[in-house]
Amino acid sequence: VAGHSRARQPTGIGDRVLFGLCALAALLAGITLVGIAYQIIHNAHPAISRFGLGFLWHTTWAPNFKIFGAGALLYGTAVTSLLALILAAPLGIAIALYLSMIAPPPVRAVVGPLVEMLAAIPSIIIGFWGVIVFAPFIQRHVEPALHNVLGFVPLFGPPETTGLSLFTAGLVLTMMVLPIIASLSRDLFLTVPQDLREGAEALGATRWEVIRGVVLPTTASGVVAATLLGLGRALGEAIAVLLVAGDLVQIHASLFQPGATMASLIGTQFIGPVNTLHVASMFYVAGLLLVIGLATSLLARVIAGRFDVQRALAR
Amino acid sequence: MTSVSEAPVADALPDWSGPLTPSGNLRRRAAVNRLVEVAAIAAAAIGVAMLVIVVTSVVSHGAKALSFSFLTTNTVGVLGGGIANDLLGTAVVVGLAAVIAVPIGILTGLYVSEMTGPGSRTAGALKLALDLMQGLPTIVVGLFIYGLIVIAQHKESGFAGAVALSIVMLPLVARSTQEVLLLVPGSLREAADALGVDRWRAIRGVILPAAMGGIVTGSILAIARAAGETAPLLICNSIFNPNVTQLNPFGHGVPTIPMYILGVFNNATGPESLTGAWGAAFVLLAVILLANIGARLMLARSRARMGG
Repeated sequence: VAGHSRARQPTGIGDRVLFGLCALAALLAGITLVGIAYQIIHNAHPAISRFGLGFLWHTTWAPNFKIFGAGALLYGTAVTSLLALILAAPLGIAIALYLSMIAPPPVRAVVGPLVEMLAAIPSIIIGFWGVIVFAPFIQRHVEPALHNVLGFVPLFGPPETTGLSLFTAGLVLTMMVLPIIASLSRDLFLTVPQDLREGAEALGATRWEVIRGVVLPTTASGVVAATLLGLGRALGEAIAVLLVAGDLVQIHASLFQPGATMASLIGTQFIGPVNTLHVASMFYVAGLLLVIGLATSLLARVIAGRFDVQRALAR
Repeated sequence: MTSVSEAPVADALPDWSGPLTPSGNLRRRAAVNRLVEVAAIAAAAIGVAMLVIVVTSVVSHGAKALSFSFLTTNTVGVLGGGIANDLLGTAVVVGLAAVIAVPIGILTGLYVSEMTGPGSRTAGALKLALDLMQGLPTIVVGLFIYGLIVIAQHKESGFAGAVALSIVMLPLVARSTQEVLLLVPGSLREAADALGVDRWRAIRGVILPAAMGGIVTGSILAIARAAGETAPLLICNSIFNPNVTQLNPFGHGVPTIPMYILGVFNNATGPESLTGAWGAAFVLLAVILLANIGARLMLARSRARMGG
């Protein structure tokens, strides 16, 4: 970091003007966060005072009867995000290892950007493809197979007719989270000093032993943080999930039943609210989403410690 | 300031007595190693396959819809006609969002990188705020602007949608500006200081031009992200006449490509009636992927030039 000269106090009038403009812009960024929290809580207030914390575990969402509880939505969000993480974390870390340790440089230069490109596909397109192409495929081929093999577990019940389910939503989220975990982990693995790796190799370690003994232990906290950032993306995704999850605010034992997440529910019902309490309840849900999202980001930052994982997300 | 490339690792040295101690026979170790390598290659293949499957699916379905008239005529009803007005609408809304977010983002990046000392509390807090902002679910951003602008004006509008999109873009622009400013050699600043040049002249004449490539790239990536963003538009800009060209986002809902795709999907009567949505998805995806590829090429070139 080129250092000391940057902190110089502004002297001339031009310096003061530029400093003021920049400080104003920076202030605006800070104020926006506070404004978001205020607006959400302010608009959610009728629902918060009506339902209190019971909102978190009551599972009935009946706009016509003015009864609202976010339990089923929290369940849907947890199930889809966890499924996405369980699949995307190992896969993403494996891709990162391939890109940083195994692939020859020319392959690296092609495969790396291709995986990152997956993150650039807008959620509306992934969701649209998911509902038209992917869900029927899952319903016809994947769900029956899983039901036949693992049917004794209630999670893998008989497939429904459409393929729109929490399971499909989890798979679609996997595709959206994977490039985040893969590219962030790859950047982390590349920071492991060459000396450490070569030292291990000189001791006779195989490539896997270098990965297990040197690369993963030195970057573990960063990889966990990268996974948490992926989780944050999965939790808040509205459009893709509302298209493929089937939009049913109920808890079912089977993953193959339709469901809804916090974000997807807001996406489907906000346009046509039944009453004002309905709107306030959706703001309450958004408030929960905000708290969970901020907590995930903060936790990722704390765990990452010396790694500045989030910087790579802006690319 | 800590960053990935400069991270000290001495405090995280692995336990050398552990897995590095040769144990068992060499053949077994080689087999395990081979297994892991094959698994990693398979994972990479799966990752690339996901991209290829989605893109080919969109291209093969979308190419059928694509024609000159599809791109140059307005939408008729919900399902018929072309997407000219939706394309223009997306350009207007995203353009307005960029006009708001890019200058503020660049100034914020300048502030973090040029106007605070190393280890400054303000800079740390600001970076935290930007990271948190970037991690916000976009639908929550949509609800914020709904509460702030739509409720106040009693009306959804392209402007409200654009402000919401600008909040999505701001941290991206600020972060990439700050990152590229880190690559500008300190000697440039010191040379300007030694000549007695005011800081603002140095920033305008030396530092910003040196960083321009990276800033433009970051802005393009942020614009590409906003172009496909749907959730904030669904909340703040979902009421519009889908059949007219609406170039005035103030006080009017503006039809956009993402909302067109969603509208077609919600009103479709069968697979044939989805053709328009596939076509629009193709156009949107093509624009976004080309912008990404272009931005990456530019970034690589400007990094190489700056020796970063």
